[in-house]
Amino acid sequence: MTMFLSLSNTQKARPRRFGYRISVVGAVSFLIIAAWTLVAIFAPYIAPHPVGDIVDFDFFGPVSAQFPLGTDYLGRDMLSRILLGARYTVGISLAAVCVACFCGVTLGMTAAVIGGWFDRGLSRMLDALTSIPSKILALVIVAAVGTSIPILIVTLAIIYTPGCYRFARALAVNINTMDYVTVARARGEGIGYLIRSEILPGIIGPVLADFGLRFVFIVLLLSSMSFLGLGVQPPFADWGALVKENIGGLSFAAPAVIFPSIAIATLTISVNLLIDNLPQKIRDRSEQ
Amino acid sequence: MGAEGSNLRVQGIHYHTSLKGRSMNSPILNLVAERIIVAVVTLLFVAFTIFFATEMLPGDVAEILLGQAATPEAVAGLRTAMNLDEPAVLRFMYWIGNLFTGDLGVSYVNKMPISDLIGGRLVNSLKLAGVTAAISVPIALTLGITAAILRGTIYDRIVSIITIAVISVPEFMVATLAVIVFAVYLGWLPALSMAHEVTSMGGLLKVFAMPVITLSFVISAQMIRMTRAAVLETLNTAYVEMALLKGASRRRMVLHHALPNALGPIVNAVALSLSYLLGGVIIVETIFNYPGIAKLMLDAVSTRDLPLIQSCAMIFCLGYLILITIADLVAIVSNPRLQ
Repeated sequence: MTMFLSLSNTQKARPRRFGYRISVVGAVSFLIIAAWTLVAIFAPYIAPHPVGDIVDFDFFGPVSAQFPLGTDYLGRDMLSRILLGARYTVGISLAAVCVACFCGVTLGMTAAVIGGWFDRGLSRMLDALTSIPSKILALVIVAAVGTSIPILIVTLAIIYTPGCYRFARALAVNINTMDYVTVARARGEGIGYLIRSEILPGIIGPVLADFGLRFVFIVLLLSSMSFLGLGVQPPFADWGALVKENIGGLSFAAPAVIFPSIAIATLTISVNLLIDNLPQKIRDRSEQ
Repeated sequence: MGAEGSNLRVQGIHYHTSLKGRSMNSPILNLVAERIIVAVVTLLFVAFTIFFATEMLPGDVAEILLGQAATPEAVAGLRTAMNLDEPAVLRFMYWIGNLFTGDLGVSYVNKMPISDLIGGRLVNSLKLAGVTAAISVPIALTLGITAAILRGTIYDRIVSIITIAVISVPEFMVATLAVIVFAVYLGWLPALSMAHEVTSMGGLLKVFAMPVITLSFVISAQMIRMTRAAVLETLNTAYVEMALLKGASRRRMVLHHALPNALGPIVNAVALSLSYLLGGVIIVETIFNYPGIAKLMLDAVSTRDLPLIQSCAMIFCLGYLILITIADLVAIVSNPRLQ
């Protein structure tokens, strides 16, 4: 609720600027992201062939009218597999980034409001967690507990929570020194009220931009994990797993290797470009 | 502030926020000492995390090792031999103690000492990283600094777009593109390197070429972005503006006023970017079948060879921690406000 309110406030306050600053690049990026979201939701209805069926006698088939993106190493239709793969890539990443940002931002705001030893202890601990390279941490967790979609979501969320925390805390510390927060505290408001109604509206813009960037990191890490064979397991396949499956076609540049990579690139580059083209006001509100 | 924001987005500033508050009244040596102590404590915490993440296995390690046909006596014997009956905290102490004395343990899978397994592989990975750094650092610094100087020009925009594109895609995509361009279309290099066939200097070059090209692209993109941000931040300061106002040429303004002061942030950016090598190397060694430590760790993950995984993970974390600590130390030492 607060999220919605503060966003619409920002937009209402500067309608002309907003309309002006959203560039063509930003609009196109937004459309691509929206398209992939729709694909992820409606994939089974728009896929031209059943995803697991071998429809072509040839493997690593070329681009043709019947198979617009070629066929894979077993002769399955690549277009259908990429459309279905969007579900796993977008779905898992979105779930993970939501968990990570919720935990990170809540903890960050709480730490900023409470301060003292709680803040110091939590910051040191989460900072230490970021001293493990993300791929190594993912490998260690997968080695220990195996891999499944819920485990992947939790793993990715754990890996990206410290970054969210650090970002949200840094912003919240600035807001925390504002007079209206001091006033609210003097009124005797609780921590829950302070972070929800006083701090959150002040940091929501940059936090949303950070949400998008972290989504990109998670898509990249998930794809890499799947590419290494430690992410989404067959018979299901996200885009990273599709590249891994068809890596045998690399030496003759089969479309089956190229198109899943392009799918990842369109999604991640679009999110990056969309964030870069957001109005400055939303991105850096707390840095003015 | 703006550049710090963009740095934050790329990597995260390490400990700057906590250091800033105290910087005014404590000498620089204290900060350096504090940072090194923090690094050591962090390393212990990381070891703790890695150990417990891998020890929280569902199921009994001794049973897994001996397989389903094992007798209960054999399992019990192995449990005692491996100290599995002792509390986890005690086992962690043993493990840390052994790490310090250089005893990395024995692989579960092929019963070889882990230090023997890792030795040669580590050298291979370091060679790969060294060659990559030697190639990408000069190129990235040149591109980053020139892009900052020529900010807003078409050259700057092209460099920025390419670096954003490389950063936005997974490393394996850079690798597959490199194979398609250099091996399939141009036919200069073999598609997948075969390390066993190294007999000559040319062969060595071919094994190295594709992994180094891929890694260089990934690392350079990060480095260009961070270097550009660091130089731009310096260009935005009051004394550089002063130089401009007193009539210095743009070239003089950059080379004599901005660059000397940007040196610290640039070295910081280089160290942080090099830490991306550690992630990139996992993908690159896998895709090109390069016999390095990342490939070893990945194989260990698929066979669930826990002692090997722990040791490899510790090596990676140590490397990463050293790089980000150097980055922070450079930032502290080069900050004129602290001197």
